[in-house]
Amino acid sequence: MIKSVFLGTFAAAGLAAGVAGAATLDDVKANDVLKCGISTGLAGFSAPDANGVWQGFDVAVCRAVAAAVLGDSNKIEFVPLTTQTRFTALGSGEIDLLSRNTTWTFTRDVDLKQTFVGVNYYDGQGFMIRKDMGVGSATELDGATVCIQTGTTTELNLSDYFRVNNMDYDPVPIETNNEAIQQYQAGACDVYTTDASGLAATRATFEDAEAHMILPEIISKEPLGPVVRHGDDQWADIVRWTLNALIAAEEYGVTSANLEKMAEGTDNPEINRLLGNEGNLGEMLGLDAEFARRAIAVAGNYGEIFASNIGEGTPIGLARGLNAQWTQGGLMYSPPFR
Amino acid sequence: MSTVVDDGRQSFRPSMLLYDTRYRSLTIQVVAAILIALGMSWLLWNVVQNLAAQGKDFSFGFLGQRAGYDINQQLIDYNSNSSHARAALVGILNTLLVAFLGCVLATILGVIAGVLRLSNNWLVARMMTVYVEGFRNVPLLLWIIAIFALMAEGMPQPRDFREGGDASMVLDSVAITNRGIYLPMPVWGPGSGVLLAVFAASLAAIWAFRRYAHKRQEATGEILPVLGVSLALFFLPAIVFYFILGGPVSLSYPELKGFNFGGGLHLRNSLIALWLALSLYTGAFIAEIVRGGILAISKGQSEAAFALGLRPRRTMSLVVLPQALRVIIPPLISQYLNLTKNSSLAIAVGYMDARATLGGITINQTGRELEGMFLLGLFYLVLSLLISGVMNIYNASIKLKER
Ligand SMILES: N[C@@H](CCC(=O)N[C@@H](CS)C(=O)NCC(=O)O)C(=O)O
Repeated sequence: MIKSVFLGTFAAAGLAAGVAGAATLDDVKANDVLKCGISTGLAGFSAPDANGVWQGFDVAVCRAVAAAVLGDSNKIEFVPLTTQTRFTALGSGEIDLLSRNTTWTFTRDVDLKQTFVGVNYYDGQGFMIRKDMGVGSATELDGATVCIQTGTTTELNLSDYFRVNNMDYDPVPIETNNEAIQQYQAGACDVYTTDASGLAATRATFEDAEAHMILPEIISKEPLGPVVRHGDDQWADIVRWTLNALIAAEEYGVTSANLEKMAEGTDNPEINRLLGNEGNLGEMLGLDAEFARRAIAVAGNYGEIFASNIGEGTPIGLARGLNAQWTQGGLMYSPPFR
Repeated sequence: MSTVVDDGRQSFRPSMLLYDTRYRSLTIQVVAAILIALGMSWLLWNVVQNLAAQGKDFSFGFLGQRAGYDINQQLIDYNSNSSHARAALVGILNTLLVAFLGCVLATILGVIAGVLRLSNNWLVARMMTVYVEGFRNVPLLLWIIAIFALMAEGMPQPRDFREGGDASMVLDSVAITNRGIYLPMPVWGPGSGVLLAVFAASLAAIWAFRRYAHKRQEATGEILPVLGVSLALFFLPAIVFYFILGGPVSLSYPELKGFNFGGGLHLRNSLIALWLALSLYTGAFIAEIVRGGILAISKGQSEAAFALGLRPRRTMSLVVLPQALRVIIPPLISQYLNLTKNSSLAIAVGYMDARATLGGITINQTGRELEGMFLLGLFYLVLSLLISGVMNIYNASIKLKER
């Protein structure tokens, strides 16, 4: 008798564990909320506004997915994560989606078993320093004290770069961007290094932004994108194609201004499929036909999201560069909606 | 005869497992053991299942892989090409360093504050009360961050030490900057081994002399000048040999080079903040333990000592403290253990301890949370057991020897 109780418990636990690992979509729908992991605060990417509402380029991905899946871009529980806690939070199911300047690398994809669904910002690692330090190039940084966030690709690139260039440095490990700003502004480190977009965003928040410069060297490739748990292909597809919908919308000229009109039907079948007028792409995903329409309705297409959060019209002032559409000489390229 | 045995067997009924006091405790224990085993295996099973669902295994192979990151404070050789195991070792040594420094300073602070709190001088006693209450009642984390912020925000930057800057070195040899304190560091030249040996011999001689003096006092009651002889033994031979050997030990002074100071010994902000905060905080608890230990010795003991003509200091060191130690040591062990484990608050100031290397960057770069946390837990467990083991041996050695 005891034996069968034992086996029964085993089986039940095994089943429970197995079920918990599967269908994220069902969980999100059942909870009626999307748990989205974001950074602890980086202006333009994810930061609370004056009303305490999370805003930004990375937050926009969360909002688009929530709109596509739940029909409401506010049904989100934001979970601010440091660079050290992000993957554990995703792996343990604490969040459904990680949208937090996370670089797609081989090890993270293959060995850490994360699923990267695409790239929403092509970036590279740079250095920021005070202008009055009189340094014009990263090759003059021998002996400098460098602030870095731990648990990042940043610290690995930094180590490689200084070793290859036969230079010494003194790393000051830091948990969050805000701590890094404190240390850097107090002069406890000479240089702050992270993704160039992060540097621009950080510099924009400085009162004396003019006194700081970003050195010309970009020492790595940092394709940043949303990440989901390994092993749930349907959920990965949903996030991937929501992101693609935002990118494709820009390519085809679907904007928040003309979305309503375009949704009534156009003579471009690709747009019709994207917005759910033709075919049944939404159903194939396990959603409805209008998922992309709702995602675009939140804050417009990829270009609009870029422009309003981090673009040249904002204090952060990032140029599109690599992040322009492929038709404009950039790398943003959505596979066809077909 | 055989019928009696048969009777006994037949009279056993299953309900006796519950109602017969001969079996009941056994039954309860067996049931509890089964429940615990079930609970554990359920947890284990879940872990295995979840790992499998994520496509991960449980393996320590990552320890041999290249770490790829740099560590700013290394007591042993390490670079980014070393393995994760080596990085873990660097972190472990950093933990041991701050725990050791912390225990030493906390004990010194605690004993001084504890004794002075009993002082008849009103001002001194009150000051110690303020220290104890101030540090005991504010979370340790706040002290760590406060000291760190004070260093980072309040001290001059290295570039202020340049010509024309407004900062200068203390005595031309110590630089207090917002990146830490740079001190002159001894450089061990040829012949310094001999000097060290001489010094070690002096220490041994001091120990032997104290033993001899003690024995002699027990036997004859004659008191030898222990302090003076000890001090002389401590300094004289080393100084004489230093000159005989032609000054084998020199000092390397910190010097401003480019962005930072080079040469000398660099005590980082993170180490200083963690060390001071741990010591001040734990010292406040130790002060109370010491005070309690002293108060636990009945007043009659000191009165008896005074009646025998012992002076107050001798009464303290010969009569009160040896007895008080027995009360002090056991809770002191707990404080050492607390300090050691609290050193993992290093995370707040980026001190590269075992939590930061093995339990931080390594876990993050390899995705081996479970294995890393297991090893880290094991390390703290072994360290704590070692500390309490050593302290228990010491405790046994000062126990009341009853005949
Ligand atoms: N892309 C790198 C670095 C990520 C990173 O460090 N991002 C910083 C600045 S771009 C950040 O998110 N800071 C906000 C925070 O600390 O929460 C990685 O994925 O490892």
